[in-house]
Order: sequence, then structure tokens, then C-alpha cells
Amino acid sequence: MNLLFALAGAPLAFLLASLIAGRHGARLIWIAAPVITALAFWLALETHARPQGGALGGWMPPLGIALEADGLGAVLLLTCALTASVTGLFALGRYGGARPESARRYTFWPLFYGLWAGMNAVLVSRDLFNLYVAIELLSICAVALAAFGSRQAAVNYMMIALAGSLAYLLGAVLIYAALGTLDMSLIAQRAPEARASVLIAAALITGGLMAKTALFPLHGWLPPAHGAAPTAVSALLSALVVKASFVILARVWFEGLPGLAGAGVITAFGVLGAAAIVYGSVLAITQTGLKALIAYSTVAQLGYLFLVFPLAGGGESATPWTAGAWGAMGFHLSAHMLAKAGLFLAAGLMIYGAGGGRIADLTGLARAMPVTSLAFGLCAVSLMGLPPSGGFMAKYLMLIAALASGQWHYALVILAGGLMAAAYLFKPLARLFAGTGTPAIRALPHRSMALAPLVLGAAAIALGLLSAEPYALMVSGLPEAGEAGLEEAEP
Amino acid sequence: MTELLAERGHVFALTGAALIALGFYGFMAQRAVIRRLISFNVIGSGVFLLFGGTGYSAAGVDPVPQALIITGIVVALALTAFAAALAVRLAQGGDRDDGTDDGEAGP
Amino acid sequence: MSLAFDLALCAFILGAAALAVAGRNLFGSVVFYIVYGVLIALAWLSLGAVDVALAEAAIGAGVTGVLLIGAWQGMKEAGALEDSQAPPWPVRLWAALGAALTGGLVITAIIALPGQDGLTRTVADEQGALALGNPVTAVLLGFRAYDTLLETLVLSAALAAVWSLSPERVWGGIPGPKHVSRPDGVMASFGRLLPPLGLLVGVYLVWAGADQPGGAFQAGTVLAAVWILIVLSGLRDEPRVSSLPLRAVIIAGPAVFLGAGLAGALAGQALGYPPGYARTAILIIEYALTVSIAATLALLIAGPARRLS
Repeated sequence: MNLLFALAGAPLAFLLASLIAGRHGARLIWIAAPVITALAFWLALETHARPQGGALGGWMPPLGIALEADGLGAVLLLTCALTASVTGLFALGRYGGARPESARRYTFWPLFYGLWAGMNAVLVSRDLFNLYVAIELLSICAVALAAFGSRQAAVNYMMIALAGSLAYLLGAVLIYAALGTLDMSLIAQRAPEARASVLIAAALITGGLMAKTALFPLHGWLPPAHGAAPTAVSALLSALVVKASFVILARVWFEGLPGLAGAGVITAFGVLGAAAIVYGSVLAITQTGLKALIAYSTVAQLGYLFLVFPLAGGGESATPWTAGAWGAMGFHLSAHMLAKAGLFLAAGLMIYGAGGGRIADLTGLARAMPVTSLAFGLCAVSLMGLPPSGGFMAKYLMLIAALASGQWHYALVILAGGLMAAAYLFKPLARLFAGTGTPAIRALPHRSMALAPLVLGAAAIALGLLSAEPYALMVSGLPEAGEAGLEEAEP
Repeated sequence: MTELLAERGHVFALTGAALIALGFYGFMAQRAVIRRLISFNVIGSGVFLLFGGTGYSAAGVDPVPQALIITGIVVALALTAFAAALAVRLAQGGDRDDGTDDGEAGP
Repeated sequence: MSLAFDLALCAFILGAAALAVAGRNLFGSVVFYIVYGVLIALAWLSLGAVDVALAEAAIGAGVTGVLLIGAWQGMKEAGALEDSQAPPWPVRLWAALGAALTGGLVITAIIALPGQDGLTRTVADEQGALALGNPVTAVLLGFRAYDTLLETLVLSAALAAVWSLSPERVWGGIPGPKHVSRPDGVMASFGRLLPPLGLLVGVYLVWAGADQPGGAFQAGTVLAAVWILIVLSGLRDEPRVSSLPLRAVIIAGPAVFLGAGLAGALAGQALGYPPGYARTAILIIEYALTVSIAATLALLIAGPARRLS
């Protein structure tokens, strides 16, 4: 529990430090990145033995707040730390350096650490109201960073975020009114006492979180906000922020209200997820701008997460394929964090180098920016779900779960989604290698900036190559029936 | 007596529900950002009133909801302050500053 | 107070809310929102929740109201005051249907509530361990101190967010418009007279907050109001956002709070207080928080940097 508090507290401390450090604040990332990543790694090692957690201040729920990290939480905290660290180091190129303080060079850092703190706080908390405060910290930082790009997109994002938080808060309040607790494990025990009120509360919570996750058809705010933001911000928004609200949603249904989701709810999630995959992919294919394409790809990739509900049976009972679906969700969350952050960073470098953001501007760029192009390729492999990447593991496990549970229609959607991802990512990839000459490019501020997307792309691939450890960790908390059934599902 | 007290809580809880509906209408129907922020705050205080009303008993309002409401009021203020500043900046400065204005260099 | 009073109060609340949400004149809506906030504070008083009433009056009605007036002013200066035409009828129809559905759903949920005792007794049983007389303070800084910690950092993050909107050419400068007033004018006398009084009220609210209604957030708001009055009266100007002492004041409270939590983690109990010293530790945190909250709220109202001198 102390380690979990430190993981939420460390980025908060850096938030305050960067507020006081002025133009030296950028350098704090050299301390923050190793410290927080080491803490997350330590937690993953500890969680390997048993789930970590405990009550803050010694005050047990329902009175106090308990923090908890299961295997999935530990993996996500570590992936998030890696993604945020690399993106933060990358951001030094634009928001660092020995230049005098400016509004954005100064405020980027507290907002960056606030975003990171919000992520970590969401990942360790199991208290509905505490999660509300955590996700508001995350939202305010995310919207402010999005405003670095387009203020109109940020206003639209803000309005959706406000509406989403109110719906969530109302749901949480009704849960307390019905059950006298906000703690997920206590909610799970008491929920049957007030089924009607709890179901309405769950509907409100779900609606709010879906808006914040940008699940189709509530995705409209995402592409403009993510597409127009500066490179590092796009990476943070698309890789991290939208995952937080989804993780809360999954925990509410699987841990807080297991067995409460009827067939209708589960099907609704599945249908919306499938629609998001198809719609997001089609729109990604039609884009002419590189960042818009990547942003629509996020809309599509978020859809996969919602397939977990039908594939895992809504947490109703531990079916043999539950662990597989749960593991698939973990892999998809982590692989998409790494690959999408890497893709946005690589795209930002290429757009800067080529001097234009259209896909047509990339012609032949692979010869001028080989490292960046390689990074782009590695991330694309994971997004398409090709072996041996983390994205492949996610889609493979989803397919297995879909077939094992007899839901072949979801298997079709997963396969079609992979093909469409290949189609939209092939467009920029083909451009990179097109032509014969080497285009003249604008030199990057630091040559080492190209390493950032490469590290993320390599990590997304490594997640697939070394999948056994993270998989074991992610499904470690699940019921035995689920684990046993997965033997045959493992590749 | 207890019944009456329980009813008192109900009166405020139902008023909270009505405020939520009113605010929802404003948030959906209105376009002006300031009006939507007012609606946001009306919904927020409606949610809190519902929280307090349902937590009301002969012993007064449950202190845990009271504390959470105070936290919620402060969070709502933080969101309102930023949203208002953002909307005003959009109106005054446009969608984005031109590239040279912020002196940013690099991708 | 009687049920009749409650019913009348709720009717007024709903009326004020309706005028704030759907009134034709935007400035009028802001004014009705402030009236609404005061009525909501009365509702909390009627329910006996004095801490919430103070917070709602000071923050919900007061600070939010001032913020909205400032936003209205800013929109007017930008020539972007949206016209106050009623929205087209299909929009109104759909919004009304959605509102009715939401309201119906919430009312159904309220009616279906099984009725549970809440945590009033648990808090009463446990608050002795913190040596605090006010149960709400015990929850805010004891049992659920983590919420409060995150919340204070939400305020710090919001300030960074507001500052990030500053135009680069005035970065490091002063937020808000410049106020000048005659040294013998009414505002100036107010500005000289009220601050000591406000300071007294603010200090009292923290001090009393341990055992009676009050606390860091309410006290911080009063102090912020005092500062705003001084600025409005033209006696002092807002500080530069690049000022190091100012930034130190902003982070002091959250830093003390977070430091205490992390020190607890090192000692084996994150956000735990050493036995016997809980009350002292909480009071120190509350005083530090009050100062930072006051500064942060005042600066949130002042907005992004606007001028260099």
C-alpha cells in the first residue's frame, strides 16, 4: 500500500516541483522518469508474489480508502511509466532546453506530471469517489494540454469531459446512497441488496465513462483534439488518457458489480465496440492527414477493449475463456499504449522533417529518416496485430476467446479490424518508401529524439516476444477455473 | 417524527433530481459556453443535494457525504475556472496562436 | 425548520435554477446563478450541514459567481457574447426529453433506495482517534485524506492549466485588468477596512474547523475574497505569475500535505498520523493548505497573465 501511494504521490511531487522550478522544471524528467519507472517495476515484482494493497492511514473501507494493485494494475502502471517517461524525455526537445521561461515551456511540465499522477491514481484506486477526483485531475491536465494544439477542439473535449464526470459522479452518489460504501469489493458484496438503484447508477457511470473513453458514437471530440495537439501531447492523450476511464469501467463491471450485467448490457458493449472498430477504421482509411489517420485509428482500437465484455462473459461467472479475454484486454491496453505513443512521436518527427502533415508529404522519407521510419513500422506492426508483437498477442487471445465461447461474429470483426488496420497503416508506410530520391529534410533539434519512438516500438514488439511473464501476471488474480481453461489458449 | 425527518431528506433529494434534469436541459439545449457552465454547476449542486438528502437521518446529514460534497464543490470550481478561461481565450485569441507566437521550436 | 419552509425553499431553488439555465439575458442568468447558490447554501443550513453551507456559499455561489462574471466580461470584450436567442425547437424538444428521462431515472433510483444507515455512527466512533470534534474535518483530513490531497492538487493543476492559456508575449506578467481608485474613495476605504476583518474570519474558520464547522477550504475562500477586494480597490496590484514567492505560496500547502503522506509511507503507514499527534499534524496541514488555497483561488479568478505592467 505504501508503494502504491508512492506511485500516485511521486508524480504529484514532481507536479509541485515543476511549478516552483520555473525554467529548470524541464530537467526534472531526468529524475522523474527513472524514479517512477523503478517504483512501477518494483511493484510488478511484488505483485508477482501476491496482489498488493491496503487501507490508507489504516482506515479500512467503508470509512477509509483502500489502494489495490492486481497483476493487471501492475502491468499497466509499468507500461504507463515507460510510455510517460519516453514521451516526457521526447518533450524535452520542445519544452526543455536553456531558453527563458515561456507560458508553454513552463506549464507543460506540471500538466504532464498531473496527467501522469491522474493515470497512476486511477490505476491504484478502488474507491468510486476517489476515482472521480483522480480522473478529474487527469481530465483537466489532458484538456489543457489539448488546448496547446486547438482551443476549439479543447473546448469540445472539455464539454464532453464535464458531462461525463457529472454522469459518473451521479452514479457514484447513488451507489453510496444505496449501499453505504464506495469501495468496489464492498459494493460487490452489497449490490444484490439494492439491485434497481444500483443498475441505474451503473448505467450513469457507464455512460459517463464511455464519453470520456470516446467509445463510438461518443467519439466525435477525439480526432480533432488528438490530431491537432503538439506531438508529445497527442501521444499522451491517445496512449494514456482514454485508457483510464476504460479501466474504471472494466473494474466497475467485473469487480464492483460482477454478475449484474445482463445479456443486453453485454451485447450493447459488444455491438458498440464492433461498430467503433469498423467506423474508426473506415474513417482512418479515408484520411489524408497523417495525425488525423492515427487519431481515427485510436477510435477503432478503443473498440476492441469493449469486446472484452462479451468475450469474458461480463464477469458473470468464471468461464474457461474469461482469463483469456481478461489477458487480451491487458495486452491490448499495454500494447496500444506503447504503439500509439510511438506512432504519434514518429509521426511528429516525420511531419517536422518533411515540413508538412499530409501523407503525400512523406514520399521517400524512409531514406532521409531511417530510424524514425523503422520506429513507425514497428509500432504499425503491433497496431495491425501482426506477430510477434504485443498487439498480436491481444488479438490472438481475443480470437481464441471469441471462438471458445462460440461468438464467431466477434472473431470476424477482430479479423476485419486487423485487415483494415493494415490498410490504413499501409498508406503512410508505402509513401515512406515511395520514389527514388532522398528528400531534403529539416534537421531535428536533437538527433536522439528519433530514439524515443524506436524504444516504444521495440517495447510493443518485445511485449509479444516475452509475453509469458506479463500474461501470467495479468491473469494472476483470476479464479482458478479461468486460469486452468487457458492452458490450451496459450500460444 | 422519524418519518417526517426521513421525508425532509426526500424533499431535498427529489429537488436534487429536478435540478439535475433542469441542468441537463440547459447543458444540451444551450450553445453559449457560459450558459453550459452554469448548467454544469446546477447539475453538480443537484447531485450534491441528492447526496445530502439521501444521507439525511435524525442524526443529521451523514458526515462522509458532507466531506465528499465539499471536495466535489472544489473540484467543480477548478473545472469551471479552467473551462471559463479556455472559452474566453478561444474568443479573444482564436483557435491557435500562429507558429511564431509561442516561440516553440521542434516537433 | 418546518416542512413548509423546506418546500418553499426548494420551490425558490428550482425557480432560480430555471432562470439561470434558460433565461434570455446571459448576465441575468449569471446573477440568478449566484442567487441560486445562496439558496442552495440555505438548503444546507436547513439540513444542518453547516460545513457544506459555508463551502457552497463561499465557493459554489461566491467564487464561481465571480468567475462567471469575469468570463462574461471577457466574452464581451472579445465581442463574442453569444446572442441570447432561444435554441431552435427540435433542440429544445430533444433536450427536454433527455432531461425528463434523466430526471425520471434518478427519481426511480431514489424511490428504490433500500435505506441504509450510512457512516454517521462509524465516524462518531472513530473520530476520537484523531482528537477532532468536527466529524467532517475528521473525514476530510483523516479517514479520506487521500481525496483531499488529490483535490488540492487538482486546484494546483487547474492553475497551471489557466496559466497555460497566457499569450506568450505577456508571459511572466500580471493577470487580470488593472484597477485604480481614488485614495479617498469608498472602494479604498473598504480595501483598508475589510482585510483585517476578513483575515480574522479566515483564521477563525481554520482554528474552529477542528471542532466546529469551518476548515481550510472555507477559510481559504474568505482570504481569497479579501485579496480580491484589495485588488479591486486599487490598493495593490496582482502579483506577476513569474514571481517565485508567489509560486512558493501556491505549492506550500499541497507540499506539506503530500510530504506528510509520503513521510507516513516511509514510516510504514501512508497518510497515517503518529498516534497522539494527529490533531497537531492536521492543524499544521490545514493552516498550510489555507494559505495555498487562498492564493490559488485568487489567481484562478484573476486568470491567465494579461499585461506586463
